[in-house]
Amino acid sequence: MNNNNNKLNADLYLASRFENIEVAERALLDLCQAAGCTGDDEYWLVTALREALANAIRHGNRQDPGRWVRVAYTIDNCSVTIRVEDDGDGFDPEEIPDPTAPENLLRASGRGIFYMRQFMDRVEFSSTPGGGTAVVMVRDLAPTTRSSEHEV
Amino acid sequence: MKYEIRDLGDVRIVGLSGKITIGGGDVKIRELVDNALADSRNKIIFDLGGVSAIDSSGIGEMVACYTTVAKHGGKLKLMHLSPKINDILQVTQLITVFDVYDDEQEALGSF
Repeated sequence: MNNNNNKLNADLYLASRFENIEVAERALLDLCQAAGCTGDDEYWLVTALREALANAIRHGNRQDPGRWVRVAYTIDNCSVTIRVEDDGDGFDPEEIPDPTAPENLLRASGRGIFYMRQFMDRVEFSSTPGGGTAVVMVRDLAPTTRSSEHEV
Repeated sequence: MKYEIRDLGDVRIVGLSGKITIGGGDVKIRELVDNALADSRNKIIFDLGGVSAIDSSGIGEMVACYTTVAKHGGKLKLMHLSPKINDILQVTQLITVFDVYDDEQEALGSF
């Protein structure tokens, strides 16, 4: 964990195993605690993180533990940014059907990106140089959880 | 995720707690429903009072359980949603799919 110019940063490299989602969650919670970001913000940040990681591990890296997922967190006074990259073949997020459409409500899958977009303020997908997927998610912090008054 | 099973009359109440998430709880709830159906119990209530988180895999598995139980002529209902789990059901619009109750007696009497 680094503290640069009132920003908290952490980078993780995780093997593509679902149990590593817990490791990434723990790291994010520790960072949130250090930044004084708690409550609802913390809960929905973790919710979105878990979806991004599940997608990277299952769909991107096909649960191959030899492939890595890279996670980067940045917390400043106003927002939390989470970047998740996989080593997969990439995909077009626009092709995911709307899970709230009546014809899709009873589908057992296809809600991960919807979760991310619901619980973060900005979500952007792009391709990595290696052809994998990078997702950057930003959540603006509620004024009551901003940490301007404490040391980070 | 932990669970506790109670049979009240012909209704099976499955009390769930912890996380219903990918690679763990999502698979377990499917198994719990399969077990109920194997015991000829198709009136099922998931008591979510102790559930701290449900990811999209967990929600997806709950939907799959709902359709599986319906195919067996029964119904899967939900009880004791926390405010955050309720929020998730609202944004996914699954609140329109599941019957949701705060009171156990009311849930039991709804079948």
